[in-house]
Amino acid sequence: MSQQSTTRTLRVNGEPHQVAFAVHHSLLEVLREELGLTGTKHGCELGECGTCTVLIDGKPLLSCLELAAECEGRSIETVEGMMQGNELHPLQSCFADLGAAQCGYCTPGILLAAQALLADNDAPTRDQMVEALSGNLCRCTGYHKILEAIEWAAAKMRGDDQFRPPESAIYGDPLPGKQATDV
Amino acid sequence: MSDTSHPDDEPGPVTSDQLRLIGTPFRRVDGRAKVTGQTRFADDLSFPRMVHMKLVRSTVPHARIISIDTSKASAMAGVVGFLTGDSMPDPFGILPVSQDEHALCIDKVRFVGDPVVAVAALTEDQAHEAALAVEIEYQPLETIATVEEAIATPEPRIHEYGDEGNLHKKLSMEFGDVDAGFEEADQIFEDVMYYEGNTHLPMEQHATVALTEETDRITVYSSTQTPHYLHRSLAKVLAIPAARIRVIACPNGGGFGGKSDPFNHEICAAKMALTLGRPVKICLTREEVFYCHRGRHPVLMKIRTGVKKDGTLTAQHLQTALDGGAYGSYGVASTYYTGALQTVTYDLPKYRFESIRAFTNKAPCGPKRGHGTPQPRFAFEVHLDKIAHQLGIDPADLRMQQLVKPDSVTSNWLKVGSMGLGQCIEAVVEGSGWRERHGKMPDGRGLGLACGSYLSGAGLPIYWNHMPQSGVQLQLDRSGGVALFCGETEIGQGSDSVIAAITAEILGIDLKDIRLCVADTDLTPVDLGSYSSRVTLMAGNAAIEAAERARTLVARGAAKKLDVPARELVFADGRVFHGENPDHGLSFQEAVIEAESRFGTLGTTGSYTPPRSPGRYRGAGVGPSPAYSYSAAVVEAEVDRETGIYRIEQVWMAHDVGQCINPALVMGQIEGSVYMGLGEAMMEEQVYRRLPKKRSGALVHKHPSMLEYKSPTFAEMPPVTSYIIEDPDPNGPFGAKEVGQGPLLPMMPAVANAIFDAVGVRIDQIPIAPHMVRQAIEAQEKGKPGRFGPKSFPDIEFGVPLKVPTPQEGGDGKAINIEDAGVRDGTGTMTERKDAVKGKN
Repeated sequence: MSQQSTTRTLRVNGEPHQVAFAVHHSLLEVLREELGLTGTKHGCELGECGTCTVLIDGKPLLSCLELAAECEGRSIETVEGMMQGNELHPLQSCFADLGAAQCGYCTPGILLAAQALLADNDAPTRDQMVEALSGNLCRCTGYHKILEAIEWAAAKMRGDDQFRPPESAIYGDPLPGKQATDV
Repeated sequence: MSDTSHPDDEPGPVTSDQLRLIGTPFRRVDGRAKVTGQTRFADDLSFPRMVHMKLVRSTVPHARIISIDTSKASAMAGVVGFLTGDSMPDPFGILPVSQDEHALCIDKVRFVGDPVVAVAALTEDQAHEAALAVEIEYQPLETIATVEEAIATPEPRIHEYGDEGNLHKKLSMEFGDVDAGFEEADQIFEDVMYYEGNTHLPMEQHATVALTEETDRITVYSSTQTPHYLHRSLAKVLAIPAARIRVIACPNGGGFGGKSDPFNHEICAAKMALTLGRPVKICLTREEVFYCHRGRHPVLMKIRTGVKKDGTLTAQHLQTALDGGAYGSYGVASTYYTGALQTVTYDLPKYRFESIRAFTNKAPCGPKRGHGTPQPRFAFEVHLDKIAHQLGIDPADLRMQQLVKPDSVTSNWLKVGSMGLGQCIEAVVEGSGWRERHGKMPDGRGLGLACGSYLSGAGLPIYWNHMPQSGVQLQLDRSGGVALFCGETEIGQGSDSVIAAITAEILGIDLKDIRLCVADTDLTPVDLGSYSSRVTLMAGNAAIEAAERARTLVARGAAKKLDVPARELVFADGRVFHGENPDHGLSFQEAVIEAESRFGTLGTTGSYTPPRSPGRYRGAGVGPSPAYSYSAAVVEAEVDRETGIYRIEQVWMAHDVGQCINPALVMGQIEGSVYMGLGEAMMEEQVYRRLPKKRSGALVHKHPSMLEYKSPTFAEMPPVTSYIIEDPDPNGPFGAKEVGQGPLLPMMPAVANAIFDAVGVRIDQIPIAPHMVRQAIEAQEKGKPGRFGPKSFPDIEFGVPLKVPTPQEGGDGKAINIEDAGVRDGTGTMTERKDAVKGKN
């Protein structure tokens, strides 16, 4: 295999990086191995699991299937760019508080896919969320907490600070014949 | 605080009514790192001068290695080193009784994917290219694809050890007079069922980075659930003293049992680093993860149960046949587990269990969530549904009328403590409207009920020893912070948060003031690993002991300063104060300073060893646990008669967790278990096929890719109503039991039972594909039995069973016919038979 390399300027999380890499390398490889941005994970490197999702010009795309050489001039956003200063993005804090990240390996990709969804639709229905995220596999959570965290974050981002995730998401459902747990 | 029996100079224990943090939904301690991409998984690590390694894996399923030629590969750009099996002649394996793996194959290969050569190069691309250029010549041997073929083909043997021919393990045991039990029955029910193999499919591919330190030391970072066992295997194969090997388990990107074995790639990375003197990384491809496997064993089962007219079970005879794949792995334990836990849910006064595990030329099977118990649990719970239907008894009542009693000993000598299964059944029955709806819904719609139970940690360690199974060390200093050292491994389940919360609770401090150092064999006390749902109970109890000792030291320091007896001090809200006069107190930091001034540098340890189980027969080592969790589920299914396609509309799951440490994490484990159980019930399977003769006739994995190995997506996940039942167990930390595996168990049988309720056909096999449902419906329409599933269980000579009288019969836990049964005395199952090790039979 030829090891011909190229030098490009990639704009990642708003910052320009001049970086040299083998021409056939994927954006995933360049982010992780050349730029040290290991927050973007991989589960198959074949476009099957959604784990390596990043935003390119605002669209959730699989970084394992994007040639880095074709990303010059496009805006690339990774999980490392989500925090605002030292504050977590609402999606991040809701995922953390609700336990929507267990092993946390699929989390960066899902956070970015959710961010793209909320940018288009600030109050998505469950069906819209499922459709937007159905390309991202998670083996830990059973998906429910992820959906509940996105709903909570969406409310926060709309300025609705009164919204709370259902208590049943945290304490389980009230036993039949009993009232909901008091928080 | 008013307990007068307590010594004056120690604060009293924290009781359940005083809990402030335990039981609340706090943010997990690693939550922030995980949502910011800052958690460092093994493949995220890199070091200066690091090289990349690839394994050349066998392309044939069973063959002698004739020659290995690396000449072309070694001339390629960037290649820096090779390893072959002769450099690591000592075998390894997770169980002492089956040390049957080599870091790289020496004489022969046993499945497609068995590693033969390791190659390192400057870049991953170069290592990949070089691996493709390595030439290996094989002389093919006959391949064995199934248990039936293994029984029929004793030669050639896949391994030169094992109970006979290609049977790795064969066992037969009888608890009580089973024949008499069947005679008491009014009716005997019999079923043959099959559970296909499936795999863990963690999102993270296994990765390892190894590097040599200053002198003759090696450090290995790895995505492993069991750093301690990896440590032992490395010491053995590398022939280096364990004290000069450091294993650090990185947080695992999902485990589910798939990262519990020591693996070839881990040992090869260490050997390569020692050879080259530079850091070596390997990250497996997704295809290789399918070859590592160690997943659910395919199991064929025959279950026979004697039942009285009123539904009372009088005896059960269970036979299981496990397809083990090419290596031992945890297989001996898995074999026992396909029988051991049948007795802990419903009274089973007499019980006979027989099993074989066959070697086949496929990726090795091992422990996956539920380890060996989901298969017989599926068989038992579907079997019970059939019994209930035949006898005209509600399936919920059939179960409720014969629950195992709390604080009792089962016929196979397992000690059950707290037992919340009744509450679980009541919750899902009421929640789902079972009484009004089961058996009464329109055609195509049905409800299915099933239950399960699981260990909160295996009672015995994998290798025989008298040391603790978990340890915690605390270091307190004048900053007011507490450093917590523990060998436990975070695999996503939240174990870091559990030990931190328990420590914070007892010391009355904020979680943020606890600094964790975990899963590092150089720095942390041994914990056996994140398997068998053991960490909350075992590391949790060790944390309680260490924290209570630390609290005593701090209390004695504060007591002097405050002039209050230590036993009257309360630790809460970051303060140490007089219980009767809360204003009279010190900050935790001030109290630590008092203690450090008085006693010097402050440190404590705590450890945990499970109570001894009453069983004394050979095989009694598998099944005991300090506490059993219980679960019950109702599943609602919608089945299309025309196509057999079915959907799960809703799941009600109740789980007895003893006591929540953090309800949000408990919910996560329940929902995750429901999800994974649905995957197993509906679609997941690790299956193989033979290529045509003209294409080598090799036995290959049908679909080693995530696209074709079907697993549920967001779109397949139904609504789940979850009930947390808390029946505290005296052996659990604050009463806590496990939740990581138990709620998976009822899912598969509940789905099968729901399909029966919907369309009246029985699918006695997992996963349940639409064509199976359709075929069963077609049979039903033609007036034949509406069933899809295996027809027969192979004829196996199991030999004389080891006879163990039950507690009811006045037994003492020992077998009474050791010589007739041809087994040794003692409880050992995984650690005896030293002669079986190293191929000496």
